Amino acid sequence: MLTTNNNLSSQNKDSKVLLKIRNLKKHFISKKGLFFSKEERVKAVDGLNFNIYRGETLGIVGESGCGKSTTGRLLLRLIKATAGQLEFDGVNLMDLNKKELTAMRHRFQMIFQDPFASLNPRLKIKKIVAEPMLTHQLHKADRADRVKALLEEVGISSSYLNRYPHEFSGGQRQRIGIARALAAEPEFIVADEPVAALDVSIQAQILNLLNKLQAELGLTMLFIAHDLSVVQYISDRIGVMYLGKMVELTNSDQLYQQPLHPYTKALLAAIPVPDPELRTNKNHLAGEVPSPLNPPRGCNFNTRCPAAFAKCREIEPEFKEIKPGHFCACHLYSREEKTNEN
Amino acid sequence: MREFCYRFYKNKLAFLGFIILFIFLVMAIFAPYLAPYDPFQMDPQAMLQPPGADHLFGTDQFGRDILSRIIFGSRISFKVGLISVGLSLIVGVSMGIVAGYYGGWLDNLISRIMDVMFSFPQIFLALVIMAVLGTSSTNLMLAIGLVYIPIFGRIARASVLSIKDSLYIEAANSIGVSNLIIMLRHILPNIMAPIIVQTTLSFGFAIRAEAALSFLGLGVEADIPSWGIMLNQGKDWMEMAWWNAVFPGLSATLAILSFNILGDGLRDALDPRLRNEGE
Repeated sequence: MLTTNNNLSSQNKDSKVLLKIRNLKKHFISKKGLFFSKEERVKAVDGLNFNIYRGETLGIVGESGCGKSTTGRLLLRLIKATAGQLEFDGVNLMDLNKKELTAMRHRFQMIFQDPFASLNPRLKIKKIVAEPMLTHQLHKADRADRVKALLEEVGISSSYLNRYPHEFSGGQRQRIGIARALAAEPEFIVADEPVAALDVSIQAQILNLLNKLQAELGLTMLFIAHDLSVVQYISDRIGVMYLGKMVELTNSDQLYQQPLHPYTKALLAAIPVPDPELRTNKNHLAGEVPSPLNPPRGCNFNTRCPAAFAKCREIEPEFKEIKPGHFCACHLYSREEKTNEN
Repeated sequence: MREFCYRFYKNKLAFLGFIILFIFLVMAIFAPYLAPYDPFQMDPQAMLQPPGADHLFGTDQFGRDILSRIIFGSRISFKVGLISVGLSLIVGVSMGIVAGYYGGWLDNLISRIMDVMFSFPQIFLALVIMAVLGTSSTNLMLAIGLVYIPIFGRIARASVLSIKDSLYIEAANSIGVSNLIIMLRHILPNIMAPIIVQTTLSFGFAIRAEAALSFLGLGVEADIPSWGIMLNQGKDWMEMAWWNAVFPGLSATLAILSFNILGDGLRDALDPRLRNEGE
């Protein structure tokens, strides 16, 4: 406990931190029943603690329904968090009113998963790309030139300015979506599975483009994906999520070579790795992800964990730094410490 | 767009409706040049003349030329149609978009108001409004416009609900676009198809309502040549001079029918789900 707090406060002072996320929660509440309404809480995101540093790409992986996309939307305040703290460059986003938030929106942008649905079919692409600038009153004088430059930057010929989204392929549309996200010159971009809807050959192009842009513009990026190889390729650090919680967070080499959490190990074991010696653990997960309506007691993962022991079914493990820069929420690594403290 | 035009053109019936309406429109615009006689000019020498070479559709009990009156009548029909449908289109669609987009108590309020308006038969509601406001063409347009507001409101609301969770709306939100701009720029253009169809159909309804209310004496002022008023006056002479009532009735029927088949044709052409059918 002590170590965690010290560690977090030391991170607070660090000016390199762009986003500070503390105990962030999002519970969706649905009411059931006509007369005696019963409240059901879906704990989509249930207590996240991590920092995003300037200039890094933080990958988030996890199964469908683990809260990855909800996390992305929470960080941009597209949805309002139920509880927790969210600081962007020292500004607490949770405290801002609608007007203040709108004024800040150009500093963080989103790239969406489905390029077919994320562009308004009735707007020409020049208008789509110009919209962030129009909204935030940026580049009044050279807006048209900047739209052209942005489109060229992402690899769309500026002769297509007057076309509509349906005239483009999926990969091209995603490029337009990226140009739109860049138009307001954001510092932080959430990419919500930006390549999941694309062909593998196109995926590589888009990933290369994102890598290039990130390096050129010094962007900070949260990259959400369910594909481990995609995440590894693009990320500096990777966070693994399971059932609304982050279970492990470390740099990508560490994660792939020395995963700590049993869930991460299982995930890595599930992808074919060309080097057989890297396969330390061949456990394939049994069972289903428990419903976020009714998560298990103790550790969320205890129902499927091959290494679970009694404590896991009683006490929720803390998300703490096990090794320098390597965070993990698992009792396997806190046993000795806990006993020592006691 | 080209595909839409092609599909529309392929629909012969709807295209016919379009042609007929175009003729009516030309008639309304150029009425003073097209009408063979002054529609108000009484001629005691030529009372209740049957259709013939001088008076193509005959004359009424005051000797006024029926054809000229029908041509001028198309003016009032189209004017009432245009203004009343315009009114219900603008008010209804705005209310529907606001209700659908914001949801919550605002949606409840607007939807309940529309339900109340829907619960009265349309003609009855228009009659009541006319009885309260008094007969004049302005009031008539207002009454017909008010009656059709909930139709547009419901269509707009339902269409908004079907698209408001689209990613491009969320994208606009993430950019920081204001709600007003989202509604005007991102929602309105994407719900136009059903609204265009309803507008066309409503033109037919409005022309019918104008004729019906005028026929009942609660429409436009009695001295204005309107198809409904001509029908009303003509019904007294049905046994001796059938042409007095039949020709205005036929023109009204033809105009309404044309709007209806045009509306149906537009619906088929705009709805991609019906693509490739009937070809």
